[in-house]
Amino acid sequence: MHFEFNIEGGDFSKAGFASSQLKKILKQLVGDHKIVKRTVVALYEAEVNVVAHAYSGKVLIDIDTDKIIIKVKDKGPGIEDIQLAMQEGYSTASEKVREMGFGAGMGLSNIKNNSDDFKIESEVGVGTKLTIIANLKTE
Amino acid sequence: MESRVFHHALKIQKEQCIGCSHCMHVCPTEAIRVRDGKAELFENRCIDCGECFRVCPVNAIIIEQDDFNKIFQYKYRVALLPAVLIGQFPEDVKASQIYNVLLDLGFTDVYEVEHAVDVLQNAMQNYAKRNEDKKPLISSFCPAVIRLIQVKFPAMVDHIILLHPPLDISALYYKQKLIGQGVDESDIGIFYVTPCAAKIAAVKSPVGEDKSPINGVINMDFIFNKVYAGVRKGDFSQNDDSFKENLSPEATVWSLTNGEADVMKGRCLAIDGVHNVMDFLEKIENEEIKDVDFLELRACDESCAGGVLTTTNRFLTVERLRKRARFLSDNKEKRSPNDMINYTQFINQGIELGKIKPRSMMKLDEDMAEAMRKMRRVKEIMKCLPKVDCGACGAPNCQTLAEDIVQERAVINHCIFIQRIFEKKGIIEWEQSYEIMKEIWGNDKLNRKC
Repeated sequence: MHFEFNIEGGDFSKAGFASSQLKKILKQLVGDHKIVKRTVVALYEAEVNVVAHAYSGKVLIDIDTDKIIIKVKDKGPGIEDIQLAMQEGYSTASEKVREMGFGAGMGLSNIKNNSDDFKIESEVGVGTKLTIIANLKTE
Repeated sequence: MESRVFHHALKIQKEQCIGCSHCMHVCPTEAIRVRDGKAELFENRCIDCGECFRVCPVNAIIIEQDDFNKIFQYKYRVALLPAVLIGQFPEDVKASQIYNVLLDLGFTDVYEVEHAVDVLQNAMQNYAKRNEDKKPLISSFCPAVIRLIQVKFPAMVDHIILLHPPLDISALYYKQKLIGQGVDESDIGIFYVTPCAAKIAAVKSPVGEDKSPINGVINMDFIFNKVYAGVRKGDFSQNDDSFKENLSPEATVWSLTNGEADVMKGRCLAIDGVHNVMDFLEKIENEEIKDVDFLELRACDESCAGGVLTTTNRFLTVERLRKRARFLSDNKEKRSPNDMINYTQFINQGIELGKIKPRSMMKLDEDMAEAMRKMRRVKEIMKCLPKVDCGACGAPNCQTLAEDIVQERAVINHCIFIQRIFEKKGIIEWEQSYEIMKEIWGNDKLNRKC
């Protein structure tokens, strides 16, 4: 099943919309609530990243009986040094964003920790694309 | 082993029900439908919060209590009271008067459950230290919240503090105390005066244990009327002169909002009102809100002061209890020591709750491929439905109707908008629409002289 959501850069009031929708969907489909939680947390972090850093973004979700594939693509500044950005605590978030309680530099590593497979591609000046995969164990 | 059928204290009396659907619209877990002009309850979705009971205009929803005379089956009849019972009365009615009337009614012992707070508080602090990895810890105080988490937030069950609430601890203590005085256990009847339906369900169908130590439950509104009548008469045959306040100030306000959050360590938050609790749990579950150590979650607005079986305005109850707590804090010399402290060791042996299991009712099907097929159908059906959530189909909103349709509990022409569309297309006749509405709303509503 395929779902799509848009994310608007800078609009923190709506950050979390896609992850909340995903949660509703997964709770109706998946029995293992730990997988549901992990996946939703990963998407929430990715959403906040787009809102905090990019101009706009798109969430593409594909759910199958064996896995959930989430792609988060944004138009934005891109990431210069991905390895550095993946480090816990490293952040380029603006003062304004930090004042709102975001941008602690845990986002990307948290996404990775909450997914079974994680891929990040970025082009400076163009944007960033994350792929988050959750494997569904067959019960 | 917890049974698969859940006891609910809330019962819909079909004869009284006028099928007005007020309850259906306020139910936080979409557990109510209207069929044949009557409200129907999906038992495994109900969390006993009592929101339906509050809005019913004809008192068709009742909270099933034990027969008061059941107390006389026991030689020792213990009334366990929540502090909010004292808060139901105007200030000129003294706690000692309330106790005396209860003794007159037939109880042999009267005891406030919040005495347990002095013991529980330490156990909770220790539990928090031992379970750093389970933060945010969620209090086990409110049984409606526990059921809400089991049904709607299954990923959060591991965060619930597995310690008995004050009610159970007080019951354990009082039983043990009487046994220590040589009383036979079978002669002891422990009765709880409840401010809400959820506490009844917790006694009759406990979560995380096999059997509750409480023998019966009596509704607070019933006791309030009895006690108030007795207080006004003013002559007490049984005068319990030994009465002395021995609740601590923290214990007095424990069941009010912030009662727990104020004394727990770290970053503690108190949320009351079932919809506020749900909104907050959504954010906690998504980890949108992080670094919280302790959560006090209560289903009723103003916590137990706003319980569905209370009589007095919740803010006045809060006012009285806060005043009482201030008095107890300023007049320590007037307080006698809490005897329960002497039983700490005994209580700690039985204070832990068993594992609480999720019982999510949200899945569309056990088989994921089938669940996905159903979800696709829900999506298709939602494209046809008007999304005005009028409830004329007998379900609380369009989404719920769509889900009921794929679960074969409803059909699409239950929707009045679809009926009009189908009539225009010639798929159904108006007589059929009329019959459908009669099936949902009953003969009465469709057979009126207009």
